[in-house]
Amino acid sequence: MITNNTAIQAETLTKRFGDFTAVDAISFEVKKGEIFGFLGANGAGKTTAMRMLCGLSIPTSGKATVAGFDVYKQTEHIKRSIGYMSQKFSLYEDLTVKENIRFYAGIYGKSDAFIKEKTAFLLKELHLEAEANKLVRSLPLGWKQKLAFSVAIFHEPEIVFLDEPTGGVDPVTRREFWNMIYKAAESGITIFVTTHYMDEAEYCNRVSIMVDGRIDALDTPAQLKRTFEVRSMDEVFLKLARKAKRAAD
Amino acid sequence: MYSVIANNLKKQYGKKKDVVTALKGISFEVEQGELFGIIGPDGAGKTSLFRILTTLLLPDGGTASVDGLDVVKDFKAIRQRVGYMPGRFSLYQDLTIEENLDFFATIFNTTVKENYDLIKDIYSQIEPFKDRRAGKLSGGMKQKLALSCALIHKPSVLFLDEPTTGVDAVSRKEFWEMLRSLKKQGITILVSTPYMDEASLCDRVALIQNGEILSVNSPEGVINSFRQPLVAVKDSNMLQLLNDLQNFEGVQNAYPFGEYHHVVLKDGYSANTVSDFLQQHNYHQPDVKTIRADIEDCFIALMKVSGEL
Repeated sequence: MITNNTAIQAETLTKRFGDFTAVDAISFEVKKGEIFGFLGANGAGKTTAMRMLCGLSIPTSGKATVAGFDVYKQTEHIKRSIGYMSQKFSLYEDLTVKENIRFYAGIYGKSDAFIKEKTAFLLKELHLEAEANKLVRSLPLGWKQKLAFSVAIFHEPEIVFLDEPTGGVDPVTRREFWNMIYKAAESGITIFVTTHYMDEAEYCNRVSIMVDGRIDALDTPAQLKRTFEVRSMDEVFLKLARKAKRAAD
Repeated sequence: MYSVIANNLKKQYGKKKDVVTALKGISFEVEQGELFGIIGPDGAGKTSLFRILTTLLLPDGGTASVDGLDVVKDFKAIRQRVGYMPGRFSLYQDLTIEENLDFFATIFNTTVKENYDLIKDIYSQIEPFKDRRAGKLSGGMKQKLALSCALIHKPSVLFLDEPTTGVDAVSRKEFWEMLRSLKKQGITILVSTPYMDEASLCDRVALIQNGEILSVNSPEGVINSFRQPLVAVKDSNMLQLLNDLQNFEGVQNAYPFGEYHHVVLKDGYSANTVSDFLQQHNYHQPDVKTIRADIEDCFIALMKVSGEL
């Protein structure tokens, strides 16, 4: 049932490419303000599922709403209601810090006054005031990722999709990054995040694990460990992913 | 004899105003037949280091040798002896598996048949698909093909630049099993990775950050050099717990670590003093236990020290 408290709702959501079923009838619900971990081995179907939820790919069958909007008919509404960042693509390297913020906020139709005020606040919070007019290329990776996350939620979306946001980031910055995720969640933004770091799965309220296009497990990290009678999320993941028959990617 | 020696290697990019220093004087030695890990986050300088050692990039300062040969003067000879698997998939996408392998064997004046034994365990897993183009392979299969191509001329030193980045936990485990079995054949292997947990699978590791080496040691040695008391703490409200812990006078550093928070204590403090502190702050039965550091704890501690200098 869709309530005001629901950020994402998927019901037997499916995507086929020819006779290959990339996403096989997945059903789940993400609550508002929840940190939802979306795990799975390479090739399990995570990216395809995420693309459907972001309004970038029309499902073959099934139902889903994101921020209350339908993934078939209201993709433009969805795009306006979400933020997105990934490890691979986040910011324009040859624009300055300020230009990147202005560019993204402009795309989302924010007013100049809003952008100006919030940019000042953001630069201060990230301790990037001195770097405001430097090219993003010159920033260390960890700073870039923190800035990218801030930019992804700059327009105050209901949901933010994070695709491996901390890949390759040093252990201290990785934790600072998760601190930002917690703060965003506390302010009411729903977090939908993928990661290959199993310690980060522990930081999620609930975690789903995809295997061969299906969601084979979905629960809190503590409950998943009890169900599979193991001590760490790493072991939960290995137990499930080893069953996969499909080749990666 | 050392297989690889790096001596005060320096590298910077860019000009005057916009200089990025990738390597700030890196020194280490790798013994023959060793499985040596270069562990550090993106931007630490791992790729620059590998490109210098494989003669694809000139250092700005310092010297290095591979198999006793100088990386600047003897670059041609080194290229005959090393295998290099770059971080980005660099085989020919429009050649088949078999054609790629043949191509690399031919470049090095050898044949697949001659060195088949060396790659058999890895290549046999993708051989059933040998007529498939490399561009059409899955990530795991690409990785196996790239490794086969890097090995086909029987190199004495193998350089693997972030072979497991972006790879899921299952495939990572399988890849490391392949490396262990290659090591048995006597090949020296240098492998870089941003995943701290992979350190324990190496004979020795260099922890690297911002172009500097923080430590070179065996995984055990790195862990043993962590001297401060360390405890793991858990309670129902983890966010509040972390805030409270950071206000405890005995805490040197506290940070989330999966299910638990890890708390590095000042000398003279212990799990008991942490328990007492928490109970005074209305935690009824906090889960507090003394633990051994893992590589990630060590890396965080070393980062903190080098940041303060």
